[in-house]
Amino acid sequence: MPANLSARLCSLVLSLVLIAFALPAFAGPFEDAVAKFANDDFSDTEEAIGVVASSGNPLAYPIISALQDGRLMADPDSKKVYVTGADGKSIDAATGQPVASVPDSASAVRLNNRLRRSVDAAVGGLTLMSPDLGMRLQAAQSVFKSHEETALEAVEGALAKETNRAVKATLGDARAAILLYKPDATEVQKLEAVAIIKARGDQEALALLTGIGSDQPASVTKAAASGIASIQSSLAVWSMVQNAWYGLSLGSVLLLAAIGLAITFGVMGVINMAHGEMVMIGAYTTFVVQEVIRTRYPGLFDYSLLIAVPLAFLVAGALGVLIERSIIRFLYGRPLETLLATWGLSLVLQQAVRTMFGPTNREVGNPSWMSGAFELGQITITYNRLWILVFTLAVFVILLAMLRYTALGLEMRAVTQNRRMAASMGIATSRVDALTFGLGSGIAGIAGVALSQIDNVSPNLGQSYIIDSFMVVVFGGVGNLWGTLVGAFTLGIANKFLEPVAGAVLGKIAILVLIILFIQKRPRGLFALKGRGVEA
Amino acid sequence: MHSKSTHDIAASFSRRGVLAATAGLMLGLASISGAKAADDTIKVGVLHSLSGTMAISETTLKDTILFLIDEQNKKGGVNGKKLEAVVVDPASNWPLFAEKARELITKDKVSVVFGCWTSVSRKSVLPVFKELNSILFYPVQYEGEESERNVFYTGAAPNQQAIPAVDYLMKDEKVKRWVLAGTDYVYPRTTNKILEAYLKSKGVAQEDIMINYTPFGHSDWQTIVADIKKFGSAGKKTAVVSTINGDANVPFYKELGNQGIKAKDIPVVAFSVGEEELAGIDTKPLLGHLAAWNYFQSIKSPENEKFIKAWQTYTKNPKRVTNDPMEAHVIGFDMWVKAVEKVKSTDPDKVIDALPGIEAKNLTGGTSKMLPNHHITKPVFIGEIKANGQFDVVWKTPGLVAGDAWSKELDGSKDLVGDWVGKKCGNFNTKTNKCLGSGS
Repeated sequence: MPANLSARLCSLVLSLVLIAFALPAFAGPFEDAVAKFANDDFSDTEEAIGVVASSGNPLAYPIISALQDGRLMADPDSKKVYVTGADGKSIDAATGQPVASVPDSASAVRLNNRLRRSVDAAVGGLTLMSPDLGMRLQAAQSVFKSHEETALEAVEGALAKETNRAVKATLGDARAAILLYKPDATEVQKLEAVAIIKARGDQEALALLTGIGSDQPASVTKAAASGIASIQSSLAVWSMVQNAWYGLSLGSVLLLAAIGLAITFGVMGVINMAHGEMVMIGAYTTFVVQEVIRTRYPGLFDYSLLIAVPLAFLVAGALGVLIERSIIRFLYGRPLETLLATWGLSLVLQQAVRTMFGPTNREVGNPSWMSGAFELGQITITYNRLWILVFTLAVFVILLAMLRYTALGLEMRAVTQNRRMAASMGIATSRVDALTFGLGSGIAGIAGVALSQIDNVSPNLGQSYIIDSFMVVVFGGVGNLWGTLVGAFTLGIANKFLEPVAGAVLGKIAILVLIILFIQKRPRGLFALKGRGVEA
Repeated sequence: MHSKSTHDIAASFSRRGVLAATAGLMLGLASISGAKAADDTIKVGVLHSLSGTMAISETTLKDTILFLIDEQNKKGGVNGKKLEAVVVDPASNWPLFAEKARELITKDKVSVVFGCWTSVSRKSVLPVFKELNSILFYPVQYEGEESERNVFYTGAAPNQQAIPAVDYLMKDEKVKRWVLAGTDYVYPRTTNKILEAYLKSKGVAQEDIMINYTPFGHSDWQTIVADIKKFGSAGKKTAVVSTINGDANVPFYKELGNQGIKAKDIPVVAFSVGEEELAGIDTKPLLGHLAAWNYFQSIKSPENEKFIKAWQTYTKNPKRVTNDPMEAHVIGFDMWVKAVEKVKSTDPDKVIDALPGIEAKNLTGGTSKMLPNHHITKPVFIGEIKANGQFDVVWKTPGLVAGDAWSKELDGSKDLVGDWVGKKCGNFNTKTNKCLGSGS
């Protein structure tokens, strides 16, 4: 927040506090302020927040926290304001008296972003001394974020009493941030503050140091500048780590989308343009599973993906077998016709889904363990990306093990390497074909479950992955699962290192050009199959 | 505003024949309904994609026109004749838009067409409407820089959406640093060019503006969201102005939510995200992010409540949402009916001349007017996303804003006006007093 604004804000609060003291208690500046919540005017609400938060009234915290959660109800006709509790009981906000019921004409007091910031700062100031550790930490963080001068006294008071190390450190940061922006703080205080904030070393610290403005003593400006430089150089290193992580994450998505195709196209040689639609069907399976869970068993929501994975495999796999038996088996050895037929099929599947589920996006929620992020050093790692990476690797390992150690895997390899020989050894090749195609489709289906967590669930979902999938499989080397793995991660990481430099659009083009050049040099991709199987 | 994804274009390159054949098959079914018609009806063409990538947005608009025709016929039709809809499906395929437009005008002999969504589809049908002299009502907010005799633009021009949104952020949120993020095609590029010029005219330095374009259907937003975070940590209040295309928004907002960027830290104001788009997202992490439109479903007015109720009854879906382009069709349809009743004819020349000056009630309690430049006056609202997928209006313009066909912020167009009443010209240069005519 700019210095002049916070100065104006605090002079406002100050004058309001003065008014509060000047008036006799029964005139009720607190009650007046509370009544202002009923005006449905953002500047009135802002004023009321200031007065209520600094009133010292025991109702201040319940009112402000109710405002934060949308539980503060105001009746525009009677100008009465109510705090409704989580337990359904309500109190009159001005008097604290319980009320039987909140009138129907009352509605929640509205906030905008500016007010939400004031509310957060006020809640922070009010909960600095809370007995709950988590609340104290949150309070210290929100005071650090808002660094309002008025909170200084409360922060110092809390700092003296605080025993927890993490909270104490955050409070120290908050105090430093306040002092840094306090116009009348001494030079020594400010220099100390710069040092503390510099030690924090994250983007918020950088924002604080950059924003101090030019009306500071020369020594402070200089210290801040050196702080900025050191934070920036450490953040530059972290941004490399961050790019690498983003690359791994993008690579895992590419791998997941391509891994089914690595079977149908890579192992079987079917140019399967409907691969993307198998992914889409997996995503819609997730949607249906979540719908059923939402309406029937809301408690199971966090397990919805675990339930959706086998179902998506079965649905997409069964559809794959059906497609192989009814269309693809008549087209073996005719790549052009296969391409056209599967492309047509993909349009049919898309339109079918559009007719069944409607053309608009469907909402697939993230279970709680897939939402949010955690900080690792100076980079943010989101849980959904992390889990997708883990999931992809698990799918890859299972698939590899299946091909290597099961009877079906052995038969698949035998059929793809030498169909006639395999047939003469008594392998039912057409059954193996159907199962292989079903396996590839099923894996595309479970990819859809994961992708529904980060992308739209719409009939067009598959189209956005089909080109990327082919790119990965061809680049990695047709018929080689390890190639697909290495190809996906190479492309992901290269993309993410190019993107900050070239932009998302040019980055993507650059990758395509690089692949074209690479394929010119090595037409069989990174890991070319060798031996007689290649010629077959 | 939306367009076909780059993937599709690449993919359909070698398979156009198949695509067209399949689309043709599907269309066969759609156009049968309108093939035979009695002479005592007035035919209304509906040119919205019902399949392909754009079906997501355009299907609703087709339903809207059918609904409006239904309502009008209940009132006895127009000039004593019943209205009859002729629905075709251009299948999100831009050349097909032109073909279907020609079919509607020459074969089905429609009096007016309501249709198109993307700018590229509008550009594709323009020559057809000019050549065959028919009328198109275009209901979507777009990049401006156009005023054609045969087209009536009922969506917002940039000065009716983008500029007021930036004004709001500047005044109310005290934003000093700007990220202009968009999908890489004509609407975001032109809008961002206008916004950049506008911001600079307000004293924003070049280093405080970050412009970022992404491909269609972009789904990996990690790097860009991290960049926005970094850009926002320069000690100045930062906001994102998003012209990101509908489909890419879901992963964008999901990434914002997951990386913990809250609206109170870095607000995102979007021009292409409405009630319909939010229907596919869990909106709780998006609380407080903004959208600028000329209409929100949550706006309380008797007209709006009546419309929503009638719409939900018509579609037999009590949860069916309404959105801004729908309102544009409501206004445009009403204006067309009034113009036809005024001149007692559906002759295109007469109707085109009658339309400027016609007023129609919009759904937010005001009266919109068709201007000589074929744009309309509209109120501008800024809404915050609520947890239920609706918007809470936090700001609105004091009155109605007249749509500028040519942006006043760009050097190339600031002297141009569209005036089909006095000057009979869509791009009249007020400096040189010359009409540039077509081809520019």
